[in-house]
Amino acid sequence: MSTRLAALWNWFDARMPSVAEQWRIHASEYYAPKNFNFWYFFGSLALLVLVIQIVSGIFLTMNYKPDAALAFGSVEYIMRDVPGGWILRYIHSTGASAFFVVVYLHMFRGMLYGSYKEPRELVWVFGVLIYLTLMGEAFFGYLLPWGQMSYWGAQVIVNLFGTVPFIGPDLALWIRGDYIVSDATLNRFFALHVIALPLVLLGLVVAHLLALHDVGSNNPDGVEIKKAKGPDGKPLDGIPFHPYYTVKDLMGAVVFLAIFAFVMFFVPEMGGYFLEHNNFIPADPLKTPEHIAPVWYFTPYYSILRAVPPLFNSQFPGVLAMGIATLILFFLPWLDRSPVKSIRYRGPIYRWALGIFVVVFLLLGYLGVKPTTVWGQFGFDAFFLDTKDVATWVARLCTILYFAFFFLMPWYTKMDPVKPVPDRVTA
Amino acid sequence: MSEQVNKARRTLIAATSVVGGAAAAGAAVPFVWSMFPSERAKAAGAPVEVDLTKIAPGAIEVVEWRGKPVWVIRRTKEMLESLKAAAPRLSDPESKASDQPEFAQNEYRSQKPDIMVMEGVCTHLGCSPQLKPADAKAEMGADWAGGFYCPCHGSKFDLAGRVFRGAPAPTNLRVPPYEFVSDGTLVIGAEKDKKGA
Repeated sequence: MSTRLAALWNWFDARMPSVAEQWRIHASEYYAPKNFNFWYFFGSLALLVLVIQIVSGIFLTMNYKPDAALAFGSVEYIMRDVPGGWILRYIHSTGASAFFVVVYLHMFRGMLYGSYKEPRELVWVFGVLIYLTLMGEAFFGYLLPWGQMSYWGAQVIVNLFGTVPFIGPDLALWIRGDYIVSDATLNRFFALHVIALPLVLLGLVVAHLLALHDVGSNNPDGVEIKKAKGPDGKPLDGIPFHPYYTVKDLMGAVVFLAIFAFVMFFVPEMGGYFLEHNNFIPADPLKTPEHIAPVWYFTPYYSILRAVPPLFNSQFPGVLAMGIATLILFFLPWLDRSPVKSIRYRGPIYRWALGIFVVVFLLLGYLGVKPTTVWGQFGFDAFFLDTKDVATWVARLCTILYFAFFFLMPWYTKMDPVKPVPDRVTA
Repeated sequence: MSEQVNKARRTLIAATSVVGGAAAAGAAVPFVWSMFPSERAKAAGAPVEVDLTKIAPGAIEVVEWRGKPVWVIRRTKEMLESLKAAAPRLSDPESKASDQPEFAQNEYRSQKPDIMVMEGVCTHLGCSPQLKPADAKAEMGADWAGGFYCPCHGSKFDLAGRVFRGAPAPTNLRVPPYEFVSDGTLVIGAEKDKKGA
């Protein structure tokens, strides 16, 4: 039997040798540093979540109706009447949040170990593009259940584009396809969510991986393993991705899926953070819900938007600040002037800066899910206090620190005393 | 290699590429065009009638006009008084930078002082603010004299839709065109509408 199988394989390989070649390039002879740690699980997990979302999404479209009159009902139909429909929907909704959890941790890993630095700038740039596409994908998908949060969330985000000087109103009209968020908007968001952006996402993932495999993976020491090669031309500190890291990543996938299943079966709404309570009410264009906040993964940027006061009679500065807060990520490889990559060999300044950045990002995220009155008001009045809400001022301080982390980076990373980097990886 | 370049051929390739690029851009037009509002969407939006006799003093009625909420409020004496007190804390107390028909650019932002008509759409990013009456001081602060609060980004407006300073909304709430066809009947969207939706 095995000889027959081998013969079949040989027949195939003689006609299409590129399959075996690609396997060698990207798996069996792709040499990855031997010192990957916990933080290196999240790339493969992101790929896993992408597959989960595509598969669950395909089956959801079989029963979903992209029609303003039918959408809300069709989601309830999926939840109640379609056999196993509730599982499919909870897989997809849990997957959406899981995607951002995994991607945020994956990005943080890059910042810890300087994975965006030369020669991996393109890997990072493709990664940021994936992140932005993912945000679009999440936004378009969120309108589809046609609940109150869907509707008003879309209303706000589309109007963000409406604030762009000169072309804004026409741009918003073009995105909506109507003067208000309506059936036309829902229908096109469906098209973008199920076909356009997934295709873009897949292309970007391929580009991200090709760029990575061309330059090779970074590692917790930030040492280039290609600099120390053995007589066989293979990196001394590298091990073949398959089987070593396929097995490691499978182990990570098992743990991840266990957590995923727990959330899906026991806390699919996650207390209103994964599926917001107001979204169980059908969209009502005449009434905004009492308390409205975006889904948790957008809240840091939402806080920035809310913190910036209008300038020159326009709300565009706040929108611009939010836009810059995301786009600034593209420039990280060139803002960081440190001679070392990994935080292990960086000085105290970067450690503090990154630590403060994480706190600020989480704080902005927290404030974004709460009303601006969450921490009460100042008991005094002063000429500069345009609002007395304490939380707004904290968000403003955090916004300044968020931008300071990036804009001051060329200076503080340069003056930061660094430790000597070893020639080979340490563990 | 470079010395063997056939210049005529290179020029032809460049010219063909330019034409091909222009064709590709032209081919994109129908796709982009198709995303603008359809004729059906443009046709929607007739004026709506409101029966004022059913609105009690101090009460608010929400009516739908062009898919948007429009508020009609019958303001009491105290409500009108509160507008004067609010003035120093407003961004645009005289509605100079705001959008309203000419007849409504006055201290009450209305044709008749007691009947306030405005679009319930925040000028920040389009949410619909909520009426917070004067007795909502616990929630809105001790100096609150009644007005509207936007749940999305915290903008505050007085009872004439004028925005308080320190809020993300840049201008006062819009006043739609309207006219009184009789003492008890108001028509929203009926006045000669210069500015469109």
